[in-house]
Amino acid sequence: MIAFTLRRLLQAVVVMFVISLLSFSIQDNLGDPLRELVGQSVSEVERQTLRDELGLNDPFLTQYLRFAGKAVQGDLGDSYFFKQPALDVILKKLPATLELVFGATLIIVCLSAPLGVYSAIKPQSIFSKTVMGLSIIGISIPVFLTAILSIYLFAVELNWLPSYGRGDTVALWGGWETGFLTRDGLLHLLLPCVSLASIMLPLFIRLIRSEMMEVLESEYIKFARAKGLPLMRIYFLHALKNTMLPVITVGGVQIGTMVAYTILTETVFQWPGMGFLFLEAVNRVDTPLIVAYLIVVGLIFVITNTLVDLIYGLVNPTVKLAEGKA
Amino acid sequence: MNIDVLAIPQQPTRWQRFTDTHLFHSFSRDKVAMVSFSVFVLYLLLALFAPLLAPFNPYDPSMIDIMDSEIPPLWQEGDVDPRFWLGTDAQGRDMLSTILYGTRTSLMIGLCAVALQMFLGVVIGLSAGYFGGKIDSFLMRVADIQLSFSTMMVAIVVLALFQASFGAALYADLAVIMLILVIGIAEWPQYARTVRASVLAEKHKEYVDAARVMGFRSSRIMWRHILPNTLSPILVISTVQVANAIISEASLSFLGLGMPVSQPSLGSLISSGFEYIFSGSWWITVIPGVVLVVLVLVMNLLGDWLRDVLNPKLYKG
Repeated sequence: MIAFTLRRLLQAVVVMFVISLLSFSIQDNLGDPLRELVGQSVSEVERQTLRDELGLNDPFLTQYLRFAGKAVQGDLGDSYFFKQPALDVILKKLPATLELVFGATLIIVCLSAPLGVYSAIKPQSIFSKTVMGLSIIGISIPVFLTAILSIYLFAVELNWLPSYGRGDTVALWGGWETGFLTRDGLLHLLLPCVSLASIMLPLFIRLIRSEMMEVLESEYIKFARAKGLPLMRIYFLHALKNTMLPVITVGGVQIGTMVAYTILTETVFQWPGMGFLFLEAVNRVDTPLIVAYLIVVGLIFVITNTLVDLIYGLVNPTVKLAEGKA
Repeated sequence: MNIDVLAIPQQPTRWQRFTDTHLFHSFSRDKVAMVSFSVFVLYLLLALFAPLLAPFNPYDPSMIDIMDSEIPPLWQEGDVDPRFWLGTDAQGRDMLSTILYGTRTSLMIGLCAVALQMFLGVVIGLSAGYFGGKIDSFLMRVADIQLSFSTMMVAIVVLALFQASFGAALYADLAVIMLILVIGIAEWPQYARTVRASVLAEKHKEYVDAARVMGFRSSRIMWRHILPNTLSPILVISTVQVANAIISEASLSFLGLGMPVSQPSLGSLISSGFEYIFSGSWWITVIPGVVLVVLVLVMNLLGDWLRDVLNPKLYKG
């Protein structure tokens, strides 16, 4: 287990290194920091001296090491547009995005397990068929379209729910502003979270259902049934446990996908989160901000993937065998 | 004695052999599959013949009159115009024509991107599975890492950076190629893992040993002997992948990172109508949206049906 953990951590470090290398080459090639600093009206000679002073003529490796050294200490340069440290700008938007992801995850977890298990146990019932039918329609509608249509229906036509922004937020300790504690904030969260969940939920229902059906065919379930154990105990204790293994792996990947989809939902709902900020930064060619976003999101991906793999290794002992052989 | 009477029983034609397959039998008994397939073929035909079918050419600025903008579809009440069955968008383009052209663009990008994925994935998966060892573990590690970053994320970041460095005007010209490349390259691990898994299952079968004993080269064994036996999982993922590629393209276009409004795909049509939804011009967004959803839905239904029929051992993960 220790070797597996170390190997996995090493991989995480390598991936982070590649991300930082990529981010750095973006910073190096995209836009000209001198122009952002001094504008156009400076002579060529002055430009060159400034370049030397700023170290822009140093070899690539020296520049990268300087960048990495600063990055590790949390200094990713100042945003050209906000004139503030880029990392601070990003982190200020992080709670909004995380709350969106959290809300959507909550919906997915609460609905996918019961619906998936039910439609696996009773595949022929009308309810299961409706769920499966709706879920294939669900995965066929892109997230942004769900978002647009729900705005049209609930905000424009029915005028029940707000169509953009976060609404009232309450500051928690540490500067985290939450929308979960006010009625207005919750109403604003509802549509974006449902839209974000709309594509993952069917995916998980289908996954849990097909895994569960496979597990229900296996010998140990038949044996448990023959022993006369209560059905509920078989379904939710014996079968669900083994169903969850692949769900954990897929879930890990999907958390990352969800962060990507927040860019879409945040754009539609003008949600003041990281994704919205990233697209604005791209339009303004605000390189430090783009780089900061890449590093923060890359870190989120790497951390969740590593954690998921470690948890998977913990619950599924065969992984270690496979790793040991390789 | 008449020799003709003793004629050898006729060999079944290719078509007869096809109609005898398990695939065809279950197809002809499954209504959902038949309907989905016909709808898909209809889409293909519409996309192929869009320039002939469309009453207007949305790429031609001289045919667009801004005075015609935001005319509702024929069945709506109010200011309808019999020239525009599905109404017009904010620039005064005929919705029917833009949707036909948009479907053409979306389908083309989806199919080409999946062809690229398939090519990369098959080459990498075959070599990884066939040669094994160091190459295999390296390639599969790369695939794992690439899969752990979602396609959407990678595509958004890459396209955003290209747009920022090229400028929007040049980017608009390259958009089709960029979309195909990005969606194509980002998803190869799906194919590679599936192909590798089937190659591992096939590799130790006797026909492969026989081919090796006969002295065939590795590449011939890989492409001519093993690959045909991995086709059914490839077919199953392909339908779903085309659906996903079309969704990705639409999402990227919606973010302004894909097709420009002047050469609309379904995604950029939906995107350009979004701001008018608040003023009540819902058709600019909703009609292309429905067209997109139906296309993706039939692909997914076909994928589900193929999965049930061919029942391949797909790579889960």
